[in-house]
Amino acid sequence: MSTDQSVPTREVAQRVFAEEFNAASYTFKESDDDRAPVYALLPTGERANRVFFVGTLTETDDVGEDNEYWQGRIVDPTGTFFVYAGQYQPEAASTLRELEPPAYVAVVGKPRTYETDDGNVTVSVRPESITPVDAATRDRWVAETAERTLERIQAFDDEANEYARMAREQYGEELSTYKQAVVAALESLDDESTDSVESQSETTVDGTPEP
Amino acid sequence: MSELQTHAAEIAEQFSDHIDVSTDEIETKLQRLVTEYKVPVDEAKRSVTNSYLDEADIDREELGRGGAESVLVGEIDQDEQWVDVTVNVVELWEPRSDSISQVGLVGDESGRIKFVSFATSELDELEESASYKLSNVVTDEYQGDYSIKLNRTTTITELDEEIEVGDNSTTVEGALVDVQSGSGLIKRCPKEGCTRVLQNGRCSEHGEVDGEFDLRIKAVVDDGHEVHDVIFNRQATEELTGIELEAAKQQAMDALDTTVVADGIREDIVGRYFRITGPTLGRYVLANEFEQLSTPTDTDAILTKVRALQ
Repeated sequence: MSTDQSVPTREVAQRVFAEEFNAASYTFKESDDDRAPVYALLPTGERANRVFFVGTLTETDDVGEDNEYWQGRIVDPTGTFFVYAGQYQPEAASTLRELEPPAYVAVVGKPRTYETDDGNVTVSVRPESITPVDAATRDRWVAETAERTLERIQAFDDEANEYARMAREQYGEELSTYKQAVVAALESLDDESTDSVESQSETTVDGTPEP
Repeated sequence: MSELQTHAAEIAEQFSDHIDVSTDEIETKLQRLVTEYKVPVDEAKRSVTNSYLDEADIDREELGRGGAESVLVGEIDQDEQWVDVTVNVVELWEPRSDSISQVGLVGDESGRIKFVSFATSELDELEESASYKLSNVVTDEYQGDYSIKLNRTTTITELDEEIEVGDNSTTVEGALVDVQSGSGLIKRCPKEGCTRVLQNGRCSEHGEVDGEFDLRIKAVVDDGHEVHDVIFNRQATEELTGIELEAAKQQAMDALDTTVVADGIREDIVGRYFRITGPTLGRYVLANEFEQLSTPTDTDAILTKVRALQ
């Protein structure tokens, strides 16, 4: 495995709810190199070059003019992610073309920002992959993302947390909306599990208990 | 306990396996040297210890035995500790130097560790796949890897019992976020002992060869904090995807394209959560055991924590 040294470290996929993701309009690089990764700064104080999320695909639309350019709206308990896939993301584009909404999908992708004519910055996702998944995977993502978001909020006041310092400068230090989003997301999970006791117990039998 | 009493107790403990000597007696000797003869405490300890070494007719090195602790090899995480291990000899290597009589791997349920035995120690030789209790070996560290050194004071006891050797396996858990190139239906070099994966029908060592089909998955598992590279071999791939090698070959033949296999696998597993256990090889975790995780983690605990933040 002599090539190991040349393999660049893969960027971790951050777990972030749509509400926070859509507020992450500030992007930055950490070196002057043209190929240096671009990071979106999350308001809870973390850098994101890649995200992983699971939600409900509610609409797909070919918004391209000459070439196909697919837009997908993917909804989580806090808001909507917008994903765009064109000729350079052929697999994701064909998934959006073929999938029949509504459907649960898992998306791995890169944050992209776009400044509109009126000066607003919109945040979207350029997907690396979009795959249909089941409800249990979606619920697991909601719980996991709640936990990761909580961890970021808890680390926000650490002196050594440079991304929290940046986030404070860029977005301010008011995190209550993201705390509320975590609570709301988890509560929505609880409601569902009481509503659909049967499907829950089924997944418990098939799945495995937590350590 | 006075300072001298503490030192006396330590010395008594060191000799407890060898001679019968009381803490009081040692303390009296220390007291005499320190108060009457104004000898520094460290020197007094040394002197008293030496007097008992003579009495017990043992070497200073051998004293470590009193403190040697029985450990599992996987627990060894410090340099220069005297320990006892109960191990099976996994393999013996060719010593690169005349000063080394034996070198190889020993292991127990917690994993494997390198051992070295030196010619000057004049110890009995260990035999491959035999089990031993090795008493009084010293731990050693080199660039974060630990080994054990046998020495003159080590006692080797061959055991009849079978000791199962663990494989240093690790467990990773998270979302499977990517299936990388080189996954699915691949071809390997058929030359004996090679098994390299062919790129466009070519082996990097043997050139153009008639490759043999195999199935594998190179995947990335990501928990939001760390990424792990995971390899599923043919058996694991078949178990994970339900696609057997023959069926995969058929798929590829029907499509006149081997990449359809990887595409199908990607669709089946990317975006799902898995827990994967297996040995590590370089930066890869080899998936020996795995399960898809389909229930959310404990949400009540998170809810309690976030509410406490308000």
